[in-house]
Amino acid sequence: MRGFFKKLRNGLQKTREQLVGQISEVVTGTPQFDDELFEEIEEVLIASDCGLETAAHLTGRLREVCEERKTMKATEVVEIIKEQMIVMLNGGSAPVDAVIDVTPKVYLFVGVNGTGKTTSIGKIGEHFRSAGKSVLFAACDTFRAAAREQLQIWADRSGADLVSGDDGSDPAAVAFDAVNAAKARGRDVVLIDTAGRLHTKHNLMEELKKISRAVDKALPGAPHETLLVLDATTGQNGVSQAESFGDAVGLTGLILTKLDGTAKGGIILGIRQRFGVPVSWIGVGEKIDDLETFDSREFIEALFA
Amino acid sequence: MFDSLGDRLDGVFKSLRGQGRLSEENIKDALKEVRRAFLEADVNYKVAKKFVAGVTEESLGEKVLTSVTPGQLIIKIVHDKLVELLGGQSRELAYNPRGITVWMMVGLQGSGKTTGCAKLGLRAKRAGRKPLLVAADIYRPAAKDQLRVLGKALDIPVFTTDDDAVRIAGQGLAYAKENEIDLVILDTAGRLHIDEELMGELQQMKKAVRPTEIMFVADAMTGQDAVKSADAFHQALGIDGVMLTKIDGDARGGAALSILEVTGRPIKFLGIGEKPADLEVFHPSRLASRILGMGDVVTLVEKAQAAVDTKKAIELEKKLRKAQFTFEDFYDQLQQVKQMGSLESIISMIPGVGKALKGLPIDDHALVRIEAMIQSMTLQERRTPSIISGSRRARIAKGSGNSIQDVNKLIKQFGDMQKMMKKLGKMGPKALSGFKFPM
Repeated sequence: MRGFFKKLRNGLQKTREQLVGQISEVVTGTPQFDDELFEEIEEVLIASDCGLETAAHLTGRLREVCEERKTMKATEVVEIIKEQMIVMLNGGSAPVDAVIDVTPKVYLFVGVNGTGKTTSIGKIGEHFRSAGKSVLFAACDTFRAAAREQLQIWADRSGADLVSGDDGSDPAAVAFDAVNAAKARGRDVVLIDTAGRLHTKHNLMEELKKISRAVDKALPGAPHETLLVLDATTGQNGVSQAESFGDAVGLTGLILTKLDGTAKGGIILGIRQRFGVPVSWIGVGEKIDDLETFDSREFIEALFA
Repeated sequence: MFDSLGDRLDGVFKSLRGQGRLSEENIKDALKEVRRAFLEADVNYKVAKKFVAGVTEESLGEKVLTSVTPGQLIIKIVHDKLVELLGGQSRELAYNPRGITVWMMVGLQGSGKTTGCAKLGLRAKRAGRKPLLVAADIYRPAAKDQLRVLGKALDIPVFTTDDDAVRIAGQGLAYAKENEIDLVILDTAGRLHIDEELMGELQQMKKAVRPTEIMFVADAMTGQDAVKSADAFHQALGIDGVMLTKIDGDARGGAALSILEVTGRPIKFLGIGEKPADLEVFHPSRLASRILGMGDVVTLVEKAQAAVDTKKAIELEKKLRKAQFTFEDFYDQLQQVKQMGSLESIISMIPGVGKALKGLPIDDHALVRIEAMIQSMTLQERRTPSIISGSRRARIAKGSGNSIQDVNKLIKQFGDMQKMMKKLGKMGPKALSGFKFPM
């Protein structure tokens, strides 16, 4: 966890300035506990992509507390929302266990197009390598032009093996071969990259199921973790993505990428609340070490600091 | 998880339809739901607020209160407002009347710029232009390779060097001049709008190549942050238009409204799939209709027009009238349907049907199987299906990799279809109800 807080803070600085700026704006001085105040707070939450339902849940709780206690300072109001958000993020299952308890431990990365699956794999590969683990990448995006070349460059950077197939070949076969190769070579970790796909495309989701089944065939119990890579700029569609990918292959965690921009990634609150899927890692840049394990308290603290 | 915006408005207006007159109270209730639906569709909350205020003002007028079908009128007001906000009319990309046209693609990471370059390239090529794709994304691993592979597949030249992005752009333009190319499509690296250094790079590129159009490529799934990124790109570069990508998912695309509101620049194209041909010119009224769940008939008709051979269509009509429709004709039809895109995308455009079939798996492979069966028939069998005996069926099944049951089913349904057509010839359009496409 060394450097985590500082780095996360840096990454989230823009986010923080805006959200806190707005909340303080709303509640400076002695807040009047009227509808307008709650509406404005709700708006601030909506602006962070929390979604209406989550925003209503948070402000509802806030309203209760405000009614119990007659007077309150602005900072106290912020504390209450913060607490609520942390409670929300801590519900459900625990984040993905990055401990290698089986070998090879197989991670499957899924998501819609352009969220940062390949980049995340590059970073996570480096994360395991620096922890002294041997890593193998499986290039199962056989559809997008030069997807394999992109992963190859990340493999070179982090010294991972790469198993790939020809363009247009069956991604499930590549995944199957990759897991077998990892077994034969005694690798600790297998990271499987898949083609970005919209969760509404039935055939592509079937293909994803097949990849997951092939991996299980090569190594019963695998994939041990299935991670949805989610772009922090995503709006309410993120919930739909989590639902569809979860129904298809069962999610054990989320990776929230591109948090170094101004997007707040508030959608993870709704996803956690609905499906109990926790965030495992966050992406805060394009460099190989721009990856952090997720900690809900620190995430929220950094958001409001 | 949410009802679609269309469904939501349906729900709102259903309650309005039941009443003869509208009270101020229920207009407000309805528009509260509209605002809610907009927020769920990722329309920026400020934009949504403004929209609702506008509609409230108009709806509260005497017009609505005394009109016969107030619900319909509100639907119209909402729709018209939406169209107005979406940019009024569609606009094509501009060409430079003197010299080489340069289109520059900019946007956040993963929005679909590189794919978008290939799509615009293909479109321009089909329109008789000589495009060049210039790969100036020097940051993302293998980004240049991606454009190179796409260009090769489309037979469009791709230019790049190992220089910095600004120089690559300039060199690309020079290369275009030397090689009689009239259109340069410049791919740039995805970047965050708050990355001053990289935004500066874009400004330098703009200076170096003086683009005819700067296209901001935006993901249709973007949430509230869309206003910030679009605004920052517009402030830094002065964008000319927007390409909205990944609209073929179930994102409600509210970001489109937000982007238009903050930049005032029109959405020009929609990315509707991963293939280079999956590009659509943006029509505000269509997206408004789509958002409101009214279907998208215009696109469907246009697609059909592009795919259907007119001569063949006339011939087919004659045959249909005389009930002489054969497997050969049917095969031709299948080919034409295939040219229109995936069944899923075609069906989503049919009013009403999209909603009814939402989430239902649509298997394009079913068509492939039917194709294979027809291909396994002899010409004679295709023309006179009645001769297809048991042993012929077994052969067709074997040849096409299907079961005999599948072949039986196809032939039976085909027979039903012919009967239906015979009836149709005699009875007129009513006989069409119950018509079932053999699938």
